[in-house]
Amino acid sequence: MKNTLPPDNVGLVKPNKAHFDETLVLASGSNLNGFDLVYETYGKLNAEHSNAILICHALSGDHHVAGYHTLEDKKPGWWDNAIGPNKIIDTNKFFIVCPNNIGGCSGSTGPLTINPDTGKIYGPNFPLVTVEDWVKTQAMLADHLGIDVWAVIIGGSLGGMQCMEWSIAYPNRLKHTFVIAAAAKLSTQNIAFNEVARQVIRSDRDFNEGHYYKNDNKPIHGLMQARMLGHITYLSDDALDEKFGRQLRDGEIKFGYDVEFQIESYLRHQGRSFVDRFDANSYLLLTKVLDYFDPAAKSNGDLAKVMSPATAEFLIISFSSDWRFSPSRSKEIMSALLETNKQVSYIEIQSKQGHDSFLKAIPRYHEVMEAALNRIAGEVGIQ
Amino acid sequence: MTLRTDHSLIAKWIKDNTRVLDLGCGDGALLAGLQKKQNVTGYGVEIDEDNIVKCIQSGVNVIQTDLDAGLSQFENNTFDYVIMTQTLQAIYYPEKLLTEMTRVGHEAIVTFPNMAHWKCRIQMALGGHMPKSKTLPYEWYNTPNIHLCSLDDFESLCAKKNIEILERATVDHAHQISLGMNIFPNLLGEIAIYRFCSKK
Repeated sequence: MKNTLPPDNVGLVKPNKAHFDETLVLASGSNLNGFDLVYETYGKLNAEHSNAILICHALSGDHHVAGYHTLEDKKPGWWDNAIGPNKIIDTNKFFIVCPNNIGGCSGSTGPLTINPDTGKIYGPNFPLVTVEDWVKTQAMLADHLGIDVWAVIIGGSLGGMQCMEWSIAYPNRLKHTFVIAAAAKLSTQNIAFNEVARQVIRSDRDFNEGHYYKNDNKPIHGLMQARMLGHITYLSDDALDEKFGRQLRDGEIKFGYDVEFQIESYLRHQGRSFVDRFDANSYLLLTKVLDYFDPAAKSNGDLAKVMSPATAEFLIISFSSDWRFSPSRSKEIMSALLETNKQVSYIEIQSKQGHDSFLKAIPRYHEVMEAALNRIAGEVGIQ
Repeated sequence: MTLRTDHSLIAKWIKDNTRVLDLGCGDGALLAGLQKKQNVTGYGVEIDEDNIVKCIQSGVNVIQTDLDAGLSQFENNTFDYVIMTQTLQAIYYPEKLLTEMTRVGHEAIVTFPNMAHWKCRIQMALGGHMPKSKTLPYEWYNTPNIHLCSLDDFESLCAKKNIEILERATVDHAHQISLGMNIFPNLLGEIAIYRFCSKK
């Protein structure tokens, strides 16, 4: 247990919950009869309400971005290396908000929630949602918090897709956006990976068509394997090689199927710890959110046209070793914005850690965000 | 902020409220000045990360691109001016890039060190070694300047590439102008500045 936390940590934090009574009409045509959003905030909203930053989380992220819930927590929030007093995203200057998106399993309305219409948990009957639906709920949260315009909306990966959607759906409600390691739509290969993950979960004999809550026999193996597969795609070949190489756990080959190589041990550990914190129905749903995102589809694939309402200033960041959302995918977003003369900057950060780079404290990456945020702080009148 | 003389010469050639693409924009000083004083909009293109950070810090839109890969991300005629200061000589395929500049912009502006400046000529003719100067400070083995040329060389390439030269100026290494330079630019001009477009 820690006795003290470092001075640049936001410290002990508590999640908040906002309830919305309205019926939410989803992109799929289904309705949600009221919903909750769990969120965390750090820093203070200034009198002009001009210093708010929205953080959009990615596939397996949640509202707990920075700080600790208890001193016993092993790890801080998922982006603690970037958010805190005097950190890159400085909580002394900005008011930072991060909600858990609906369909997730960390407290916002999702498969684990009780359906008010039936009195039973939604489970697999939770309607499929989209990035558009998420952004709509985030805008409702912004209203709830009294934030008309975000100074910045920041998101990596699936979070970057939410940034794009904000800029299209609510162009006047954000001044800047950092679209990090993102894509304007998933590649065929990405959908293929997601489909394998789904099939592995759905064919687990404990999956029971998603009704695994009654007998409390979760599809542990399926979810674990899906996460193992996903995890490989989030890292680069070089990063795995550098970290584990061909190291053997017990120093010798044993001619069996138990863990032999360190990478096997690592992946199993990653898979198992994921099962403890994530719900399989949520995971299935979230992979669908990724697959469905394709704003340009409304306009015959013309991304420039779809993004033409955007007025935000874009900072687009990609990572050299990211093969899941490669730099060329970020460049597609950049090109679409250039075509309609939008305010946009683009940089490809040299990194080894693959798609996961967006979560790492890579000095150049942080320096770029810091430069942008310093200027933005000046614009919104913060010293 | 005072602009370098080549920058202020270029600034004079650029009309207010226009769109500019600055290739090899460095720390973005030229664009930042144009944005502030002449209401110019546009982008810088840069490969060096330290410079990119400086551009972002000063509010200049910057796109990280290797100029040797061309300007394919930019559509035809999307800019009023495409500028490239002190970069042409470090490009792999300058003749392709010049054509690209005139494709993307209505007009283009380049500056480059003049290899036929008298000091260069003396160093080669009498010293018998590769020229070094304040504009060309590198040794032959570590210079990024792989395609040096003179004003005459540049002008004959333009003729060959169907590029029309609209305006020419020369300055010295301190970016000052002298009378002699105007009379014998290829001999006395240290840095050449050209404004050009594709022949209609």
